[in-house]
Amino acid sequence: MNDIWAGLSSAFWLVVTGDPDLIEITLRSLQVSLTALVIASAIALPFGTWLAIRRFRFRRTAIAVLNSLMGLPPVVVGLIVYLLLSRSGPFGVLGLLFTPTAMIIAQVIIITPLIASITHQAMRDLWAEYHDLLISLNTTPTRRILTLISDGRRALLTAALAGFGRAIGEVGAIMIVGGNIDHATRVLTTSIALETGKGDFALALGLGFVLIALALTVNLIIHALSRTEREGRW
Amino acid sequence: MKSLITALVVALGTTAVQADTMKMAVTTSFNNSGLSDVLLPAIKEDLDLDVQLLIVGTGQALRLGEAGDVDAILVHSKKAEEAFVADGYGTHRREIMYNDFVLIGPSDDPAQIKDSEAAKDALARIEKAQAPFVSRGDDSGTHKKELSLWAGADLAPATFDEWYKAVGAGMGASLNTAAGMGAYIMSDRASWLNFDNKADLAILFAGDPVLFNQYAYIPVNPEKHAHVNKDAAAQLEGWLVGDRAKGLIDSYTINGEKLFTFNAQQ
Repeated sequence: MNDIWAGLSSAFWLVVTGDPDLIEITLRSLQVSLTALVIASAIALPFGTWLAIRRFRFRRTAIAVLNSLMGLPPVVVGLIVYLLLSRSGPFGVLGLLFTPTAMIIAQVIIITPLIASITHQAMRDLWAEYHDLLISLNTTPTRRILTLISDGRRALLTAALAGFGRAIGEVGAIMIVGGNIDHATRVLTTSIALETGKGDFALALGLGFVLIALALTVNLIIHALSRTEREGRW
Repeated sequence: MKSLITALVVALGTTAVQADTMKMAVTTSFNNSGLSDVLLPAIKEDLDLDVQLLIVGTGQALRLGEAGDVDAILVHSKKAEEAFVADGYGTHRREIMYNDFVLIGPSDDPAQIKDSEAAKDALARIEKAQAPFVSRGDDSGTHKKELSLWAGADLAPATFDEWYKAVGAGMGASLNTAAGMGAYIMSDRASWLNFDNKADLAILFAGDPVLFNQYAYIPVNPEKHAHVNKDAAAQLEGWLVGDRAKGLIDSYTINGEKLFTFNAQQ
């Protein structure tokens, strides 16, 4: 129990004193995970919706593959992205390894299937409701996807936040492709791993509490900006 | 949401800071010692060079060098380093400094290694007592050293029973495991002194010359990887063997204990 109290007080002091290193790694965590979230959402939301309304031959297989990709081990994603971006790999000339961009790429791969899968589940139900209306209005497939995305935004928000949660708390992949370089690719989760390795549990736990608080804040801000959970809106 | 995206785009656009930088793979033991926190600011001051450290085991550091993902490596496993240079991945090997390894265990010392005469004797006693022993098991320099010590005692870890636990983790994580189990472990002195979760463990054996741990600097060969920052790597080498580095390395202490001894040929 002592370590947990020490962690709480360490988190408190880090925040109260505005520790510059803490601010730096927190901003980088946010930058990497939010960028990954925006890119992944841009791919996954239309794709998941499309999968819900489109009937094609391998649909069932595609959905099964998508659902199982949700369980992709981050370490494996990290290793594959590392091998691709390494100087001796196919994309080595870009020099992206050990940069925040490499971390974003890895996180996009990890969270896109998750967001797409949740989107698909939600949109399938919505499509059952909207099917007759949209067909009878003779809408184009693009129009149908846009309508569903617009009317199902609350479910999509849940999907996106699930993706964000996975991204911000992820450590295995970004440790490999980012390298945890001080002042370059160090983020909250990799710092926690580092401090645990040094046996400084109080600082590690303190950073963990900061991470939890950060995730909570982002969730609240996104809810506020998109005006969900308000009386009379839904 | 829109303002959020705009803020993100701005944040992304401003990440590229262009001072001269180079990437160097170093071992966990070097970083855990805290010496890097002393050397890096001095390097920045003298050379205006940002050295970005990738903190990995020696095995991975050598792989990063082979792939050309770093500009130089600073590791401690002589055989592997010589093979690395012989295969043409590095230009040359330059010895910089050494520290030493210590045998750590529960303070009541169930295997009675405290009064051993040599490291191999201490290990033989642990084997005889079948006392829990945590091994790095991650192909790092420390792990290779440990294996060579077992070999020196005519013992083969592959044949050991459950008491020998290869955890496959870095020095800090392995020390955490040993502290949790009250097991014996071999660690470099620096990582141990800087380790905060010592629990009931203590240094039980040290001082045998076979436990000395030589660090060497190897620039990655620009003939294999044309993109490496060879000028910065050469500058850094010149600095590391210079008098400023010598002073900083020799005067670095934790709790009054000297950790590293500078021994580069100047």
